[in-house]
Amino acid sequence: MNKAAAKKGKKIKEIAIREAWCKGCAICVEVCPKQVLVMDHLVAKVANLEACIVCGRCELFCPDFCIEVIPDVQDNS
Amino acid sequence: MEPKKNALFVQGNHACFLGAVRAGCQFFAGYPITPSTEIAELCASEFPKMGGRFIQMEDEIAAMGAVIGASLTGLKSMTATSGPGFSLKQENIGFAIMAEVPCVIVDVQRGGPSTGLPTQSSQSDVLQARWGTHGDHEIIALAPSTIPEIYTATIRCFNLAERYRTPVILLLDEIVGHMREVLVEPPADSIEIWNRTRPTCSPAEYLPYRHTESGIPEMADFGSGYRYHVTGLCHDETGFPTNDPKKIDRHVRRLISKIGRHRDEIIEYSTRAIEDADVVLVSYGSSARSAKRALDDARAAGLKVGLFKPMTIWPFPEEALRLLANRVRNFIVCETNMGQMKLEVERIVGGKAAVHLVNTLNGEPITPQSIVDRIREVM
Amino acid sequence: MFNYNEYLRNEKLPHIWCPGCGDGTVLKAIIRAIHNLQIRKDDLVMVSGIGCSSRTPGYVDFNTLHTTHGRALAFATGVKHAKPGLKVLVVSGDGDATAIGGNHFIHAARRNIDITMILYNNYIYGMTGGQASPTTPTGSFASTAPYGNIDPNFDICALAQAAGASFVARGTAYHAPQLDRLIEKAILNRGFSLVEVMLQCPIAYGRRNRFKTANDMLKWQKEHAVSVDAAAKMTAEELEGKFLTGVLFQKERPEFTAQYEHMIERLNPHSEE
Repeated sequence: MNKAAAKKGKKIKEIAIREAWCKGCAICVEVCPKQVLVMDHLVAKVANLEACIVCGRCELFCPDFCIEVIPDVQDNS
Repeated sequence: MEPKKNALFVQGNHACFLGAVRAGCQFFAGYPITPSTEIAELCASEFPKMGGRFIQMEDEIAAMGAVIGASLTGLKSMTATSGPGFSLKQENIGFAIMAEVPCVIVDVQRGGPSTGLPTQSSQSDVLQARWGTHGDHEIIALAPSTIPEIYTATIRCFNLAERYRTPVILLLDEIVGHMREVLVEPPADSIEIWNRTRPTCSPAEYLPYRHTESGIPEMADFGSGYRYHVTGLCHDETGFPTNDPKKIDRHVRRLISKIGRHRDEIIEYSTRAIEDADVVLVSYGSSARSAKRALDDARAAGLKVGLFKPMTIWPFPEEALRLLANRVRNFIVCETNMGQMKLEVERIVGGKAAVHLVNTLNGEPITPQSIVDRIREVM
Repeated sequence: MFNYNEYLRNEKLPHIWCPGCGDGTVLKAIIRAIHNLQIRKDDLVMVSGIGCSSRTPGYVDFNTLHTTHGRALAFATGVKHAKPGLKVLVVSGDGDATAIGGNHFIHAARRNIDITMILYNNYIYGMTGGQASPTTPTGSFASTAPYGNIDPNFDICALAQAAGASFVARGTAYHAPQLDRLIEKAILNRGFSLVEVMLQCPIAYGRRNRFKTANDMLKWQKEHAVSVDAAAKMTAEELEGKFLTGVLFQKERPEFTAQYEHMIERLNPHSEE
C-alpha cells in the first residue's frame, strides 16, 4: 500500500473500466497524479493499481462514464 | 323578436376565445399581430381569473414553442397569429406533428405575401396550412364562416388535437375574425369534449409512441411519473432517435395514416341545394358567406345552383366532392386567393367537370353579384 | 465512487460525443448536482435545442425534451409556466443559445423565470462540423472562418446579467468539482440562472486551432480560468486574456411564475374559502 493513500485512510480495491464505452481520449491518463493508467490500443487500462491514491480524478474527468474508482471499504472503516 | 337570454353579440375572434374556454383550454402563448390580437388580449384578461395561464412571448416562434411545452405537461394549449407569424411558427408546428403534441393554432388570415395587408382579409394561407412545415405530413385544418361556427369549430379543433395527438389549425380570416354576429353558447352538456388518452399501464411498461390499433399512442403528462423522451428526430416506439430504416418508415407512415384512416370522423362539410344543381359553388370561410348569398340570388332567378362548403379543409372532403363530380359539370370555387383550393378541387374532380374560380386579391370580400355573373357565364 | 447509473439511460450509451469532448464531463457534474439536491427524477424536466450539447437529455432518466434549434428556452418557458412545480433545466450550446436562440435567452433572463440553464460553451458549432459561433474567439479558425474569425464575441455571462438573470456563474470542464457546486446553487436560485461552462471541443475546434489533444485544451482552461476571489487581488494587466470563474452575479428579483400566481390570487380573492 502506498504512503499517500494510507495517509487518507483509503485503499483502492478496483478501477473498473467499461472498455466498450472508452473512446481513447486519454484524459484519465493525463489527470492521474500517479501514472496508474495507460492507453492500450486507444483504450484506457490499469497498469499500476498499487500506486492509486483513490483521488478519483480519472473517474471525475472521464467524459464517457467508463471509469469507476472502487475503494476498499473495509480498509476505510 | 324576443331577445335571447344568453345571446352575445361578439366578434369572431371573441367567439374563438369562448370556444377555447369551453373546450378546456388553459394555456395561451402568443405574440401581438393583426388581425388576431383580440384572442391574445382576451386570454390575457380572462385566463388568470379562471386559473389558466397566458404569456406574451418574445416572438411568434417562442409562442409556438411555449404552447408545445405547456401541452406536454397536460394542459390544453393554443396560440393565435396571422400570416407572417404563421410563417414563423411552421418549424415548431412540424415539431408538434413529429412529437405528436396536441395543440391548436389559430391563423386569422390577412393579405400577403410578406407584411401584405395587415388589416384586410385574405384566404391565401390555405396551402401554407397544408404544407407550411417541411417534410411529409398530414394536417387538420378547419375554416368556419360564421361566428357560431367559429365557436363550435374552435371546440372541435381542441377535440381533434386531443384525440389524434396532433396540432390542429383553425383558419379564420380578417372578415370573420372581426365581424360581429349573435352567438348563443349552447348548454355545456350538449357539447362533447374529448381529452387525450393517458396511459394506464405502469411507467416501466409505457411506450410513448406505441403502435396502437387506432394509430394514436397514449400520452403521459410530464411530471406524472412516466419519464420519457420527446424529440423532433425520427424516433421509435420508445421515443428515442433511431436510424433503423424499418422503424423510420413505420413511424412516418403512422403519423400520416393516423389522420387518413380517421377521415370520416375528422371531415365535416355541408351542402345546400345540390340535389338538382347544374353548377356547384365550392367555398369556405368568409367567402362562403358571399357564395351563400349568390346561391340565393341565383335560385331566385331560376338558376340551378348548389353550394359545397367544407368545414374541414384539410383533409379535404374528397369522397363527397368526387361523388358530386359524377353528375355536376361545373364547379365554381369562390375564395380570396389565386385559386389555392381550386387546385385541390381540380385534382379531385380529375377532369370530369370544369372548375372555375371567382376570387379577389385586394383585401375586399367577393361580391355575390360577381359570383352570380360567373354562374350565368358558365351555364 | 459515484453511481451515475441511477440517472443514466444506460442502454443509450456510449454517447455520440467525440473522443475527449467535454460534454460528458459536464453531464456528470449536472447529475451529481441533481443527486446532491435530492431532486426527484419525476419532478425534473430537462429541455434542449439542437447541437452536441442538446443531445444531453437523451441520456438521462428524467422527463426529457429535445426541441428545435435555439428554442429550448421557449419550450421550457411553456413547461414551467404551465406546471410551476416542475424543476426545469435547459442544456444548450453557444450557437444554440446565443445565435439562433439569442432572443429567447435574453427574454428568459428578463422575465427571471425559474429555469436553470447550463450553457456548454465550446466556441464552435460541433455537430455540423466546426463552423464559427458567436463565441469563436476573434482570430480563431473555423470551417466558415478559414482565414481567421473577424467577428467579435459575446461575453455570455455579461449578456445574461444585463438582461436580468438573477444568478450568473461560469465554470470549466477542468474545474469539475467546482461545477457541481455552481450547478447546485443555480438550481436553488428561484429565478433564471445561468451556468456557462467553458469546455473543450478537440475535434471541431481544437484541431483547427493548434490544440493537439483534449488534454491540451483542458490545460488551457486550467491556465486561463481565474476564480472571482483570485481576480479581486489581480491587476487588469494580470487578468488580460483570462476569464473569470465562480458565481459572477446573484441578486434576488421577482420570479415570473410566482408573480403570475400572485396575480391569480389577487384576481380571485375568495378562491381559497
